[in-house]
Amino acid sequence: MEHKKVIVVGSGPAGLTAAIYTSRADLDPLVIEGEPSSTSDQPGGQLMLTTEIENFPGFPEGLMGPELMTNMRSQASRFGASFQTAKVTKVELDTKPFALYTSDQQDQNDPVLTCDALIIATGARSLMLNLKNENELIGHGVSTCATCDGFFFRGQDIAVVGGGDSALEEALFLTKFAKSVTIIHRRDALRASKIMQDRAFANEKITFAWNKVVTELHSENAVLTGITLEDTVTSEKSPLAITGLFVAIGHSPNTEVFKGLLEMDDAGYIITHAGTHTSVDGVFACGDVQDHKYRQAITAAGSGCMAAIDVEHWLESQH
Amino acid sequence: MNKPDIAQLNDANFDEWIKTSEKPVLVDFWAEWCGPCKMIAPILEQIAVEEEARVGIAKLNVDNSLEVARRYEVMSIPTLILFKNGQVAKRIVGAMPKSSLMRELNPHLS
Repeated sequence: MEHKKVIVVGSGPAGLTAAIYTSRADLDPLVIEGEPSSTSDQPGGQLMLTTEIENFPGFPEGLMGPELMTNMRSQASRFGASFQTAKVTKVELDTKPFALYTSDQQDQNDPVLTCDALIIATGARSLMLNLKNENELIGHGVSTCATCDGFFFRGQDIAVVGGGDSALEEALFLTKFAKSVTIIHRRDALRASKIMQDRAFANEKITFAWNKVVTELHSENAVLTGITLEDTVTSEKSPLAITGLFVAIGHSPNTEVFKGLLEMDDAGYIITHAGTHTSVDGVFACGDVQDHKYRQAITAAGSGCMAAIDVEHWLESQH
Repeated sequence: MNKPDIAQLNDANFDEWIKTSEKPVLVDFWAEWCGPCKMIAPILEQIAVEEEARVGIAKLNVDNSLEVARRYEVMSIPTLILFKNGQVAKRIVGAMPKSSLMRELNPHLS
């Protein structure tokens, strides 16, 4: 069993900024960065599935999401942060030091890591539609990653579900390949930012299906051929023939392993007070795991910095 | 670690390579612009070294070899397809940790 002063769980902008600051403060942090996956819950976090980031200050020409995350990781490494490519499977927060179990340990009976201070930056992941054959159709028409899969839908009719910035960003990206992109939204107005709305409305490949939800996925030979939409006002059903469906309907915090141990709101987001302190002394939370309002790379990074400074002060106060 | 021996396949050399390989070949359909593909690349390099006796690793960039990608109905990357004697033995869509990947592959390797 290894003991660390500080362990950071998660490696998006919040976790890596916390790692940069705590490593510069000589706290020798270990980052448990997650496991490779094609969902948004993976090392580097949600930005690994995006393309161009235009609003991160300091990059006037923009930069690619994965590039930003690779840079942040190198920066944390440079100051001595160490990394473990695994997921945390269980934590014990009722005794000090805190104990952690990880997905790469053989024997799950005993913890492999302990730490004095814990920074939780596990973020949030994309929600799926939860339709019955959705999982089988991932990779066969249903996609969770427009940047990975858009290329294969050249000249085809496809749809994006959602009405936020992520949905519009995906739709606009997909117009580079697709013949047409239908944005399916359950309300009659978008919650996306003005600039994204203006771009979507101006794009002639994009049409909107307002007040609609997807109720069925149709396939032939295990490949998506269309969907059924239901009107949220009239309950009328209508078919839509598409070969690609991209889902961007919102997020859910990655807090399963902390359930019952930390105070959370009804949606499962960790509640923080006095900066990044949680309901357990010595446990701190930053980034999307405790924020369903702002959810930006820059706010996540900012709160990661706050967590690192809070940890530094807290460790000093323990002596 | 030894330098991994990874074949670079394309529309021109794919069929010949898959047909003539003496051991099963795991083909990684990937592209430069795909984040999860980058995550899985080092894992495949490790497998290429550690499992050299049991499986060959090859990469096919879908950007310049769309014909092969279309033929195997690749609609999402990374897609990994294991070929045995020129036939598809296993298809794996999406990035995953090495342990999970080996769990999927093991039943198909001798």
